[in-house]
Amino acid sequence: MQKRVLQLLVDNTSGVLSRISGLFSRRGYNIESITAGVTADARFTRITIVTSGDDDILDQIEKQVAKLIDVRDVKVLEPSNSVYRELALVKVKTVASNRQPVISLAELFRANIIDVGPENLIIELTGDQDKINAFLNLLEGYEILELARTGIAGLGRGIENVTYL
Amino acid sequence: MNGADAIIKCLEAEDVKYVFGYPGVAICPFYNSILESEIKTVLVRTEQSAAHMASGLARTTGKVGVCAVTSGPGATNLITGIATAFADSIPLVCITGQVNSSLLGSDVFQEADITGAVESFVKYSYLVKNVNDIPRIMKEAFHIASTGRRGPVLVDIPIDIQNATIKSFKYPDDISMRTYKPTVKGNAMQLKKLISALEKSKKPLICVGGGVALSNAQDELLSFVEKHNIPVVSTMMGIGTMATKHPLYFGMVGNNGRPYANKAMNECDTLIMVGARVADRAVNQPDFLTSNKVLIHMDVDPAEIGKNVGPTIPIVGDAKAIFEDLCKEEVTASFDEWLNELNEYKNTLVEKRNPNLSFVDPKVFITTLSEKMDDDGIYVADVGQNQIWSCAYHIVKKGNFLTSGGMGTMGYSIPAALGARLANPNRQVVAVCGDGSFQMSMCELATIRQEDADVKIIVFKNNYLGMVREYQHYTYKDNYSVVDLNDYPNLEKLATAYDISYYKVKSNEDCESMIDKMLSTKGSCICEVMIDPYDTVK
Repeated sequence: MQKRVLQLLVDNTSGVLSRISGLFSRRGYNIESITAGVTADARFTRITIVTSGDDDILDQIEKQVAKLIDVRDVKVLEPSNSVYRELALVKVKTVASNRQPVISLAELFRANIIDVGPENLIIELTGDQDKINAFLNLLEGYEILELARTGIAGLGRGIENVTYL
Repeated sequence: MNGADAIIKCLEAEDVKYVFGYPGVAICPFYNSILESEIKTVLVRTEQSAAHMASGLARTTGKVGVCAVTSGPGATNLITGIATAFADSIPLVCITGQVNSSLLGSDVFQEADITGAVESFVKYSYLVKNVNDIPRIMKEAFHIASTGRRGPVLVDIPIDIQNATIKSFKYPDDISMRTYKPTVKGNAMQLKKLISALEKSKKPLICVGGGVALSNAQDELLSFVEKHNIPVVSTMMGIGTMATKHPLYFGMVGNNGRPYANKAMNECDTLIMVGARVADRAVNQPDFLTSNKVLIHMDVDPAEIGKNVGPTIPIVGDAKAIFEDLCKEEVTASFDEWLNELNEYKNTLVEKRNPNLSFVDPKVFITTLSEKMDDDGIYVADVGQNQIWSCAYHIVKKGNFLTSGGMGTMGYSIPAALGARLANPNRQVVAVCGDGSFQMSMCELATIRQEDADVKIIVFKNNYLGMVREYQHYTYKDNYSVVDLNDYPNLEKLATAYDISYYKVKSNEDCESMIDKMLSTKGSCICEVMIDPYDTVK
């Protein structure tokens, strides 16, 4: 099993996301994460999908996705030649007495405290998946009340092969 | 002009001659507008048949088949027909009425999310939300259905959109789809590789699938194989691509195929698969294909190449364009020795049948029927034992052989045969089914009568769901479960009820005279062929 990050440029039509996720579910392909957002040109949406499987399956996934009528372009984002980022929001149970160590930890990771309540903090952290996983591991001694992760968004490095917005 | 008028104008612009369907409130504006048009309508008796009829038309004319049904149950009844067309890559445009767009999502009477429901069985689907989009959407729908790998496209149109006034109607001349551009021409480098592989080969073989007929490449394929003397086998969907008795044709492959065809597949050193999916019925051990041979896989759909087997030489493109290009190439090789070997297999590897002589042997009946059929006759086989026998014994001359190969949808033959006949009023059309598959589409006898169409319906009668019975015979040691069809209906009385002729064939000796009688009498008929309930295809 290998991971592959696919970047799709698709027509911004209604139902396009369900067409793509439906393809993955009915053919039994894995989606580890999927993120979508409109591009600088409102006609298009850029989708980043993290998928996994063996080489044959991954090639087949690429072809099946490319076959969808709404899909304009499919690129594989190779780790060596791309940047990936994920956003995580973590709600940690803290009271005045144990708030400071959590704040220090967040600072260490250059995370932001975006909400403080009498019994909790919400921390915003951006980074690649390893960084977010490392941060969550270090929070183990605390009670994580809620966690929201976006899944990764990615772009290839450089200006070659940039065809679209 | 309203939306419904606009849809009809689009169909006229696409030169549509027939719309198969069933009305309901949500599609009534459409059926009202079509009265003003020359387009003929056919009222089916259940919606599934509408898609099969459109499929029969599409496969015998190369055009897009069109059906139109209402929302809710009308649309959901169509799904099996759409899935059948999808599995065999048949170009259809399916129009469904939908509830008022302001009510979408509120579960009103006869609302079904049909675009959602058919998602995995269509090449593409549209839910029309603006009446002014109709010309563009219809143009795209026909374009998508009929290009690249063909397939069904669904257009769901809410009733208020059909009734809304369209600002101005202009059917687009061109398509401007940013995301859909199928490859037609084969890559020149890959074609060179194919030629050089052929030159190195001692035992080449071409295996044709349904894709060759879909791209109308039969003539190009024939020129190529005749020029270089290359033997050909076919999948089930490829039957009819070449005449059965052509000296270069060696039958259908697969678990229900001819033994000599399978031997050819196993022993060839270079295999060219064209427009075939390498699916389980044709090739049950795909890895074997690459273990001892050069595999060249041509398909218009790049996703088919490498899906089941990784080829040595992949070629993406339309079969017609590829064979046109290949015909220009010279190959210096002779395959006479290999052909002699294959002919030897063909003469010696004959499967043994042990017919029960108190019944009709399907082999005798089908062989006699196909010999007596017109050269360009259309033979539609249903699903079950009748399909396997039809594949094995029907002799295609210049006609078509149609069947539901991918989905294996019982009840396909009668509606598909009617669609084929209406589209080809001068060609002989025969539907061959079992007593199980017959009953699945029996209601269309009324449609056949209403259209005054001439479709000869052959029913192999054994009072069993024969294919499943055979499976239970082998797998469950004759523990038969839910396969007994009893003796009903009485087909003779049924024929009387529909005012069509009836023939009964009880023995091999009857075959010739009954087939003569049946084929020479004008009008539709039911021909009941009494076969051994315990006969098997294997």
